Amino acid sequence: MYSHQVGAELFRFPDLRTLMARATPLRSGDQLAGIAAATDVERAAAQAALADVPLKTFLSEVVVPYEADEVTRLIIDTHDKAAFAPVSHMTVGDFRDWLLSDAADSAALAALAPGLTPEMAAAVSKLCRAQDLILIASKCRVVTTFRNTLGLEKRLATRLQPNHPTDDLRGIAASTFDGLMYGSGDAVIGINPATDNLHATVELLHLLDEVIQEYAIPTQSCVLSHVTNTMAAIEEGAPVDLTFQSLAGTEAANTSFGINLDILTEGHEATQSLKRGTVGQNCMYFETGQGSCLSADAHHGVDQQTLEARAYAVARKYEPLLVNTVVGFIGPEYLYDGRQIIRAGLEDHFCGKLLGVPMGCDICYTNHAEADQNDMDMLLTLLGAAGINYIMGIPGSDDVMLSYQTTSFHDALYARRVLGLRPAPEFEEWLDKMGLMASDGAFSPARQPPAALSKRMSLLEAQ
Amino acid sequence: MTKPTDLTDPAALQRSEDPWAGLRRHTSARIALGRTGVSLSTARNLEFQMAHAQARTAVHSPLDLDALEADLGEPLLRVESRAPDRPAYLQRPDWGRRLDASSVARVEAIRPATAPDVALVLADGLSSLATQQSAPGFLKAFRPLLAEAGLSVAPPVVATQGRVAIGDEIAAILGAKLVVMMIGERPGLSAADSLGLYLTWAPKVGRTDADRNCISNVRPGGQSYEDAAYRAAWLTREAFKLQLSGVGLKDRTVTVDASAQVEG
Repeated sequence: MYSHQVGAELFRFPDLRTLMARATPLRSGDQLAGIAAATDVERAAAQAALADVPLKTFLSEVVVPYEADEVTRLIIDTHDKAAFAPVSHMTVGDFRDWLLSDAADSAALAALAPGLTPEMAAAVSKLCRAQDLILIASKCRVVTTFRNTLGLEKRLATRLQPNHPTDDLRGIAASTFDGLMYGSGDAVIGINPATDNLHATVELLHLLDEVIQEYAIPTQSCVLSHVTNTMAAIEEGAPVDLTFQSLAGTEAANTSFGINLDILTEGHEATQSLKRGTVGQNCMYFETGQGSCLSADAHHGVDQQTLEARAYAVARKYEPLLVNTVVGFIGPEYLYDGRQIIRAGLEDHFCGKLLGVPMGCDICYTNHAEADQNDMDMLLTLLGAAGINYIMGIPGSDDVMLSYQTTSFHDALYARRVLGLRPAPEFEEWLDKMGLMASDGAFSPARQPPAALSKRMSLLEAQ
Repeated sequence: MTKPTDLTDPAALQRSEDPWAGLRRHTSARIALGRTGVSLSTARNLEFQMAHAQARTAVHSPLDLDALEADLGEPLLRVESRAPDRPAYLQRPDWGRRLDASSVARVEAIRPATAPDVALVLADGLSSLATQQSAPGFLKAFRPLLAEAGLSVAPPVVATQGRVAIGDEIAAILGAKLVVMMIGERPGLSAADSLGLYLTWAPKVGRTDADRNCISNVRPGGQSYEDAAYRAAWLTREAFKLQLSGVGLKDRTVTVDASAQVEG
């Protein structure tokens, strides 16, 4: 039982998950689940009560039962007590103060990550303002490698997302060339396929591999199909760089995705065995998003932001190259408007980074959400300041396959210019060498395709 | 084989355009947009604004029920979900799946003496534009095929602030064996007017997407009314034959357009 007195009124919260839910900044998904604070005062009271909870409590009082959920078991069984030691005496409120202090530098935060549970990260995020979420995250460095190095300070990478409504290979090649001309694609060239058809997946993998090999691009490819599909593609000898999977924060929600920890382990091992990385072997790509557990009716009465942080605990087990929250994709019943999407994007990035996960963000919205490009510009700028590892890059912000809007190739160049953020070093060198973008800090793409590209582009155009 | 564009065309460069605009023939994606500095030109920016405004209008405009009846040439029973307005509808999908109390009574009042084979339900969903524009054309092509198959049809019903599952409740009250739900899909920037068709055998409250068959992207410029009607009639006949719908009933007419957005 947790409580907080406000004047004559005593606010009571029967357990930790209820306290966490009531302390969460307002969002439609928690209202839909019936677990949000009823009033602003109740929320503020819950935040005050949460500030007094010792961090140690999160190791003894779990929000989803240990016996019923393998994600909880993963969190508890892999908790690193030695790493936790420096903050083990703190309350959640003390922990926020420490995170903001100069003692919490990049090295201290990196050392702490294995000692934190997702619930601790979620709890402290609920006490943070936007600027706290940005400042603390900006001190966290999570660096990963495959054919290049991602997550370095003052670097921002992009996933080139050349989706096409029917997986037409020429259409996908056209968007890929467009993206490369705008300097996009160092995080990954990653396609959301229109179907889960294995043959189509293998064909797309070959197309991307061919482009990467032909131009010796220091990047990796991915077809964002189900992990079991990618494993089947590996068995067929397809050139798989990264294996993708959507993740959620409870066992039941992951079951609805057709996965569990064993399947992910198999996928990870199969992908690693190919040893296709040249700089390193982080070979998994995960996507998450607040609301997925509620949507699968698998939320256990836990707020969606805490459940989202639990998905990062699943992710970090597999040492992924990339993890991103697809923050505004799920729709207004979970995040209603630009304000809620922006807050959620900052929370997700913050929690992921605290937990040692290489966070990116699909800064996005659907047409039935109360949001527009202005909201995305704000979140992009804020996440750029927070040191996000990567964002999406799509032609003109319009995903014609998934029917939603995310950041464009142009948007990434805006963020580079205004915040001085460079591409991954190996990719930057390649852009310079190819004549696509001089590494002079202006981030101006070439007006015309260099000879190596223009030949293929002209051929493609004529097809 | 057409002549490749000259990628060094100085006129194109001066217009802040990208010289590879010819690649657009391969995709509807917004490629080769050009740039001023690293930003979009005014013209490109305004194009996007207009597309977004149109998509939002499709979401937020109410159905014009009088016009819909006029286009159909027959009256519709008008019912409402438990979502009182659009903001509530968008935040509470559970409300949009159920009839409000007075609507339940209105549907009960028209229940045919003999149980009908098929219930026809229209709903605004996430694009009233799609329903307004395409439901009449689809029904005009579809109803003769039902008659040909010898299937009886309940009086058509239109639900406002409705989600797909509200059709199950309506059809269950009508006593229908199968429901065909016609509903506006979530608008994208390039198509804000896609109608979705959902067929559910033995409709009742609590059915899920796994129990349904879906035909998507019905619109001018997408799947034609005739094709959609043909496929819907095929699925209807198969559903009556197999006494089921959903994952156990495979559409073997043509390949399904997998790009369409499913609205739950």
